[in-house]
Amino acid sequence: MRELTFEEAVTEAIQEEFRLNPKTVHLSTDLQATLQREFGAERIRVTPIAENCFSGAAVGLAGSGYRTVVNIRMATFGFVAMDQMINHAAKIHYMFGGQAKFPIIYRMTVGAGNNGAAEHCISPYAMFMNAPGLKIMLPSSPYDAKGLFKTALRDNNPVILFEHILLSAVKGPVPEDEYFIPFGRADAKREGSDVTVVALSKMVHDALAAAEDLAQEGVSVEVIDPRTLVPLDRQTILDSVKKTGRLVVVDEACQTCSAAAEIVALATADGATFARLKAAPARVCGLDIPVPFSPPLEKYAIPDKGKIVAAIRETMQASTPR
Amino acid sequence: MALDRQTLISLYTTMLTIRRFEERVATEFFAGNVVGFVHSYIGQEAIATGVCAHLTKEDRIVSNHRGHGHCIAKGADIKRMMAEIYGKKTGYCKGKGGSMHIADFSIGMLGADGIVGAGLPIATGAALAAQLQGEGHVAAVFFGDGACQEGELHEALNLAAIWKLPLLFVCENNHYGVNTAAAYSLAPRTIIRLPETYHIANRAVHGNDVESVYEAAGEAVDMLRRGEGPYFLECDTYRHHKHKLSEALEDLRPEEEIKAWAKRCPVEGLEAKLLHRDVMTNAELESIEQTVLSRIDEAHRFAVESPYPEPQDALEDVYSL
Repeated sequence: MRELTFEEAVTEAIQEEFRLNPKTVHLSTDLQATLQREFGAERIRVTPIAENCFSGAAVGLAGSGYRTVVNIRMATFGFVAMDQMINHAAKIHYMFGGQAKFPIIYRMTVGAGNNGAAEHCISPYAMFMNAPGLKIMLPSSPYDAKGLFKTALRDNNPVILFEHILLSAVKGPVPEDEYFIPFGRADAKREGSDVTVVALSKMVHDALAAAEDLAQEGVSVEVIDPRTLVPLDRQTILDSVKKTGRLVVVDEACQTCSAAAEIVALATADGATFARLKAAPARVCGLDIPVPFSPPLEKYAIPDKGKIVAAIRETMQASTPR
Repeated sequence: MALDRQTLISLYTTMLTIRRFEERVATEFFAGNVVGFVHSYIGQEAIATGVCAHLTKEDRIVSNHRGHGHCIAKGADIKRMMAEIYGKKTGYCKGKGGSMHIADFSIGMLGADGIVGAGLPIATGAALAAQLQGEGHVAAVFFGDGACQEGELHEALNLAAIWKLPLLFVCENNHYGVNTAAAYSLAPRTIIRLPETYHIANRAVHGNDVESVYEAAGEAVDMLRRGEGPYFLECDTYRHHKHKLSEALEDLRPEEEIKAWAKRCPVEGLEAKLLHRDVMTNAELESIEQTVLSRIDEAHRFAVESPYPEPQDALEDVYSL
């Protein structure tokens, strides 16, 4: 199968859907040359550096029958547009009694690992999980990115694509034929029987590497990638934990009130799953600090393969038969 | 410019409908029958009326927290408005929004908005949609001197100017944000100088004189329809009530100022002109009054008699299908 980068896969999804639907607009502060060549400067617009304004413009476009992709670039820039994303895009379908649809995709990069320091590196998806009305995609591969983005481009709600800054150039197989990946359908990236690792975004890759190492030691690791955080495929996660009896959640975001916290709570609050747990669930998360710049500091702040391996080993050892 | 009789009757009827609707809402609020945050439009009726008279339902408006007047002027159903204010299932938002969040997308009313200044970016999107459609439709956004203190005004003026959006900025300058005077909180002494920096056509009018607003808005909307937008209209005005309906909230505006503006009441001013110019008789005005009051009674009855939503209706409409 041909290989595309994450970025190319998303661009292809936009091209396919923009060809079908002329009432689509793309807003970003940088020129998107490939898209503008094909669809023209009227629809593929370069905006002033005014994140809140163009994020709100997408709300007005939606209320007027248009579908908009807003590329905010970094999630930290997205904080400038929180009023429009949270107070308006997320709420107004509900607040206005469901009388209009607001099909908007907000793209934002997340994650650390490129020495961008605190104002360019963060993984704030849990904040947005706390704003009902938004859907949240968190793909880990070009294949998932394209299939989810295609679905988002036909969804009638505001959807956020969080793309890890280190994944955009990563290549992976993407079929030529059209396909869609439904929201709320987790993917077992590796099957296993001893421990369930739920990993998010780039951490899926680190978790898979950890699983490979542990296989040498005879530990069978199942790696579950939720792919969307809202809606969250609770059933797949619970079924896996019931099967393995152990849960480790790997999330680059700060640990406090993270998606990882929600996933652990999900497993422990479900009686049937709780009864099957052989060890306390563990989290491997970013430290509760702003992401620091200097390489040794940054490496210390975020999870990696070694920390995941250590957490899985500890979970295996902590296991006591009930 | 002398307006024809039919236009004047229509403007007067809309203004009176807003006035009597707001009076009824206030009466019911202080009787304890309406809850929540209610911001009265009394005193500013001429602005929504004079602007929306030029708009069709294909033209879109974005309102603010003081939005009842914009809804009525754009042609919203006052029964469903009153039902929403009462939190009833038959309201525009099925009781999910209340006074501050009435919207009717079927007539191009994209919603009242509780965050000061936030309607400005949304309106740039509505105007962009109109521009892309290319059928001469326009968008208008209503905001106050308070929103002129928000960064969003700069962002929206800038975006509208560089993209030549068909967007009418309607600044309803009532001179106060709650109790803070714009004379204190806004550095530019004259708001109307702001759009000049962006090369946006502009005009300041007496916002309590519906004929002035109507005439200026007409010229502005014509320009927008020709693709020569955006346009900025500043309307000087004053609210009769405090920032919101409330026993507890103090009104710190100077008493002499309140009294002076009371003499410039937009509704009474128009009535006096209509009588003075022999456009209408006292009997004709009285007849409109009776019609308006009976429509508001009917709206109120509809709201009171409508059912509340079921508690579990709270779970509906979080996401669209």
